[in-house]
Amino acid sequence: MKYAAKRVAMLVLTMVIVSLLAFLAFDLISGNPAEIMLGTEATPEKVAALEHELGLDRPLAEQYLDWIAGFFTGDLGLSYSYKVPVWDLIAPKIAVTLCLSLLSFVLIVLVSIPLGLGSGGKAGGPLEGLGTVLDQLCMAVPAFFLGILLTWLFSTTLKWFVHGQFPGLGEDLWGSLRYLLFAAVAIAVPRIAMTVRMLRSTVLSEMNKDYVRTAISRGNDRGEVLRRHVLKNSLTPIVTFLGQTMAEIVAGSIVVEQVFAIPGLGRLLVSSISNRDHPVVQAIVVILAFWVVLSGTIADLINQGIDPRLRREAGR
Amino acid sequence: MEKRLTAALVTAGLLVGLLAGCGGPSAGESPTPDSAGSPTPSAAETPTPHANEITVGIAQDLDDSLDPHKTVAAGTKEVMFNVFEGLVKPTPDGDLIPAVADHYELSEDKKTYTFTLREGIKFHNGDPVEMRDVVYSIERCRGDEGENALIPALAVIESVQADDTTLTITLEQPNTEFLSYLTLAILPEDYDQQDTAPVGTGPFKFVSRAAQDNIVLEKFDEYWGTPAYLDKVTYKIIENTDSLVMSLQSGAIDVCAHLTSTQTAQLGDGFNIEEGTMNLVQALYLNHTVAPFDSLEVRQALSYAIDKDAIIDLAFDGYGAPLGSSMYPAFGKYFMDELTYYYPHDVEKAKELLAQAGYPDGFEMTITVPSNYTPHVETAVVVAEQLKAVGVDAKIQLVEWGTWVSDVYQGRNFQSTICGFDASTMTARALLERFTTDNAKNFINYSSANYDELFQKALNTYDDAEQTQVYKEMEKDLTANAANVYIQDLADLVAVRKGLTGLNFYPIYVLDVSTLRWES
Repeated sequence: MKYAAKRVAMLVLTMVIVSLLAFLAFDLISGNPAEIMLGTEATPEKVAALEHELGLDRPLAEQYLDWIAGFFTGDLGLSYSYKVPVWDLIAPKIAVTLCLSLLSFVLIVLVSIPLGLGSGGKAGGPLEGLGTVLDQLCMAVPAFFLGILLTWLFSTTLKWFVHGQFPGLGEDLWGSLRYLLFAAVAIAVPRIAMTVRMLRSTVLSEMNKDYVRTAISRGNDRGEVLRRHVLKNSLTPIVTFLGQTMAEIVAGSIVVEQVFAIPGLGRLLVSSISNRDHPVVQAIVVILAFWVVLSGTIADLINQGIDPRLRREAGR
Repeated sequence: MEKRLTAALVTAGLLVGLLAGCGGPSAGESPTPDSAGSPTPSAAETPTPHANEITVGIAQDLDDSLDPHKTVAAGTKEVMFNVFEGLVKPTPDGDLIPAVADHYELSEDKKTYTFTLREGIKFHNGDPVEMRDVVYSIERCRGDEGENALIPALAVIESVQADDTTLTITLEQPNTEFLSYLTLAILPEDYDQQDTAPVGTGPFKFVSRAAQDNIVLEKFDEYWGTPAYLDKVTYKIIENTDSLVMSLQSGAIDVCAHLTSTQTAQLGDGFNIEEGTMNLVQALYLNHTVAPFDSLEVRQALSYAIDKDAIIDLAFDGYGAPLGSSMYPAFGKYFMDELTYYYPHDVEKAKELLAQAGYPDGFEMTITVPSNYTPHVETAVVVAEQLKAVGVDAKIQLVEWGTWVSDVYQGRNFQSTICGFDASTMTARALLERFTTDNAKNFINYSSANYDELFQKALNTYDDAEQTQVYKEMEKDLTANAANVYIQDLADLVAVRKGLTGLNFYPIYVLDVSTLRWES
């Protein structure tokens, strides 16, 4: 329990630092929102007037505190570009990106755990070489390229889905999920390959340990040993790895969303950065950072539950 | 071994089954209303009854204020052209015809315009357009309440007088360009949500906007003029260029403008490709206060060194109109074709001029290019290559659009840049005024006493033919002084799904969807 409290305190501290960085980053790079909004129509007078309208002429500390307070009151301000409340703008996008990420995560877990355990448990077969090649190939393919290939195959050629016609979660949930599935596959495949390889080497090194040899030599069934002992001992690194995967999937989805024309957080984030739409970028960055920190924390807490040794260490 | 193989096969089988099961329904039933008309490109080729609507792909979101008086982005204006109208509005030929005004008269001394309000005209929210709305819209742009004028050119107005049906605008002096400013949108006075839910009088009304996703317009049933053919137009925002092409192929979008020749080549038989012009002046813009571009010989040398036709052939498959000054062909009477090849491609001449200027071995320079504009980036690559032939080593520096606006355009902190400038109104002034010495938009720091004088003369010339002549003199001044290394007006390639007709090109950056229709 003490450990959990420590982790949560760490989480809060990380979030404060992230929020500061998100806030100050725009002060360090060139490009001013008012100038960008006015584009080639900009004159110094117009820029000054717009900066005042946006509240950019206030002291930095005041702007930061106002913004932080917004997270607690739910008022994250107005988007500079769209003139609508930031929360109204990003809430539907978060839903889409979350669906896509969860779908990818489920695919990764469902496919990589059986494959990884299977290939690790029975090393040295005739298909070994083929498996390694396939694994490396999948790992090397960037998700966005795989996305283009999948679109060509399933949309342009087979016509299983209409590229560019994402129905929207609210309007057609099943249609939307089906559309997202193809993007989820593009995100999942390279991660599956990595997870399988990681699992395989963990299981293999575990299989070479004395206790496994002893257990098998005493006449225990090989599969039984694999499931009851090896899997249990390999679990902590897997959970940690899946925690990282959870965080990285979101980054992957940002790229893949562009390929599949999915209106998620990624497209909004990228366009808001180039428009210097501060309120939107800052909110998204904080939410993404929260997601990453949260997946790490959850993975740690699960590991605590699995491995009593970690609990004792943390308690000290 | 068998176990492992079985596991792999079962997993693979499950995955395929999942995908197949998911793909199934799209063949049998229509998953969304949008696809009802044309679920596949092959179906679109054979005549099938189309739903009376289209989806237009746009690469740039309308992430701007939708209030037409505040909108800056060309991409936003391009779409909202269908929603708003002024007292007058432009035609594809570049003329101005009455819109919210039923007709207008110009007095003998050319100082007084009298507009008669069109009878029975309504806003999209159902309210009638009243004279107070017209006066409000004009006064708002004129900004005489001390705020920054939205349209500074309206300062020529001396007085605005109105009764219920007629509006009289008196100018301080005659102004041939004044009418073009009255394309400013007429908005209802008692409405404060123009920023997000705009209301106008055009053939289409605004329905909704989802950020980075879509914009929906619907036909306005009570439109005063020729009604739109289509009931609904959905603009789909697809920023990724590969994705854009795939969406055209998949049937998700029917019309897409501003494509490159490489993209249109991938589209196949399902589309007609219509060619117009982008209506912008693409050039290698040079900063006149930075050495060596303060030297006329150097600027001229660069103009001789660049081969416009080769750029158009190499980077644009031959699509594009070469230019020689800050004016493009769509402007008709102002365009001077004789300036296009004022500096013919001549490497020897360029080297000679460089030697005269004191750079016999050439020099190093940086071309700053906004990275989000692929055509400009591709042009820069060819330009840098061509400059090598005269000993000039040009480095291309790609910057984000925001950085370009701040550093290059506002800060004027650059050596040279490749970009394009368009005209916000259909006037020569919109293209030429920026190069007067003290103009806030004169980011190249051009300074020519002759040019400034000519501009003042143009402002004070009230005869159209005479004024045109003065503007032409200004164009000549830019060319003779090699103000910039002029390249081309980019081609605008528009993919239009077969069966869809009625596309018109305008001399300004708009896409009129009111004339588009499915052939029956």
